[in-house]
Amino acid sequence: MKLITAIVKPFKVDEIREALSELGIQGMTLTEVKGFGRQKGHTELYRGAEYAVDFLPKIRIELAVPDALLDSVLEAIQNSARTGRIGDGKIFVQALDHVVRIRTGECDENAL
Amino acid sequence: MNNADLSWMLVSTLLVLMMAAPGLALFYSGMVRRKNALSMLSQTLLVFSLGVVLWFIYGYSLAFTSGNAFIGGLDKLFLNGLFTPGDQKFTLSGSLPELLFAAFQATFAGLTCALVVGSLAERARLSSILVFTLIWFTLAYLPICHMVWFADPEHGGLLNERGALDFAGGTVVHINAGMAGLVGAWLIGPRLNYRREAMPPHNLPLTFIGAALLWVGWFGFNAGSALSANANAALAFFNTMLAAAIGVLAWTIGEWLTKGHPSLLGACSGAIAGLVGITPAAGFVAPSGALAIGLITSLACLWGVNGLKRLLRADDTLDVFGIHGLGGIVGALLTGLFNAPSWGGPGTAAGHSVWMQLWIQLEGVLLTLVWSGVAALIAFKLAQWICGGLRVSPEHEREGLDIRTHGESGYQN
Repeated sequence: MKLITAIVKPFKVDEIREALSELGIQGMTLTEVKGFGRQKGHTELYRGAEYAVDFLPKIRIELAVPDALLDSVLEAIQNSARTGRIGDGKIFVQALDHVVRIRTGECDENAL
Repeated sequence: MNNADLSWMLVSTLLVLMMAAPGLALFYSGMVRRKNALSMLSQTLLVFSLGVVLWFIYGYSLAFTSGNAFIGGLDKLFLNGLFTPGDQKFTLSGSLPELLFAAFQATFAGLTCALVVGSLAERARLSSILVFTLIWFTLAYLPICHMVWFADPEHGGLLNERGALDFAGGTVVHINAGMAGLVGAWLIGPRLNYRREAMPPHNLPLTFIGAALLWVGWFGFNAGSALSANANAALAFFNTMLAAAIGVLAWTIGEWLTKGHPSLLGACSGAIAGLVGITPAAGFVAPSGALAIGLITSLACLWGVNGLKRLLRADDTLDVFGIHGLGGIVGALLTGLFNAPSWGGPGTAAGHSVWMQLWIQLEGVLLTLVWSGVAALIAFKLAQWICGGLRVSPEHEREGLDIRTHGESGYQN
């Protein structure tokens, strides 16, 4: 099992969700976050006062997947999140040791 | 008494009332950080209300009764004599009950005082603002109002007698408030971490709503200053609309060309700049003059908040001087120019030459700047002494005025 954390542009979230649903992914967690990568931030100008805004709004998607689905999930996120421009985001994959479904007590792949 | 005039002036008074709260209050509140959003709403409402109450107690009398060239008398304290309850008799001012004229002017007095708080936003003590308002209203607003607007064959106001043109308050309201704001910003000092920490507006949609309400209310301000439902009110009405519209476009395009983005705050600021510029001229120039005044004032104020603000080295937080002060100066001078028949205007009864009228306008501007500046200096120093300081403690300022001063916060998350 793997835990996937994807940082993406906010307006791409619906497309990603649809692509993952088609693969049979049952659930995911979304968080509104702020950050920057190579694209840095931007400047804002209010009545002559200029501010450098380092952190841009992003969405963090977290989902746990069985090993068999990992490659297709990564491909689906990558294809649907890509605009080709700087700031498209990143996907992190981590090993996942143990999962428990709280309602039933099911464990690991049965709980995904 | 004329009922058409009466109706229009009741509506105009309500429109100007709307400019204070909600208009100005929302306009200012949106531009500060979220921890001070309520303090701006609160300060605007309180200061406006104080101005109206003082106007009732002694303001109207000192501004609009016969006295000397600088200030009126005390004959109409508490609006004495305007209304006799026993026989329901109302004295008249032109074709209006004098009580309605006093009410209309009360909204001007309150609004002018409220404009000043924008310069001191995010760090001023509420008590010092209120004490300052009491003193400055007495020492600056009332004399300048009397000097500009009190017409009397024997003891008219100084600038009125000289023939200065100020249709709806370019000098009385905008230069006056702008100068007081600038003096206040110098004396109180910049906000903590000014220029080192980002202090962007917390809610520009609020500012937009406030600016839009100000624009609508300004029709009462300007077209109401005809004091009658007549053709001059119609001229002032159209000029007001046109100057604000060209103000929006001029600021936006100017900003787009020089800064790269046509911002919403810029468009709102342009509307206000155009409105400030046309205020002294509203009923004294043709629409072509209004278009020129709106355009020039808007571009001047764009420089006022970008270039002039840096030169002045004051944290005039919400650009009270950059927009109201400078816009009022430019508008007052251009009123002299575009009023002349040779520049498309109706001219004055006195028939001064363009240069003579411009000189008279300049006198009005300079006198207002000096008078308001000195009065503000005295008022702020007294407020500082009485209240034990002009600004809140650094800790208080960091946490925000909403929680520390008012015990409430505008947003829960």
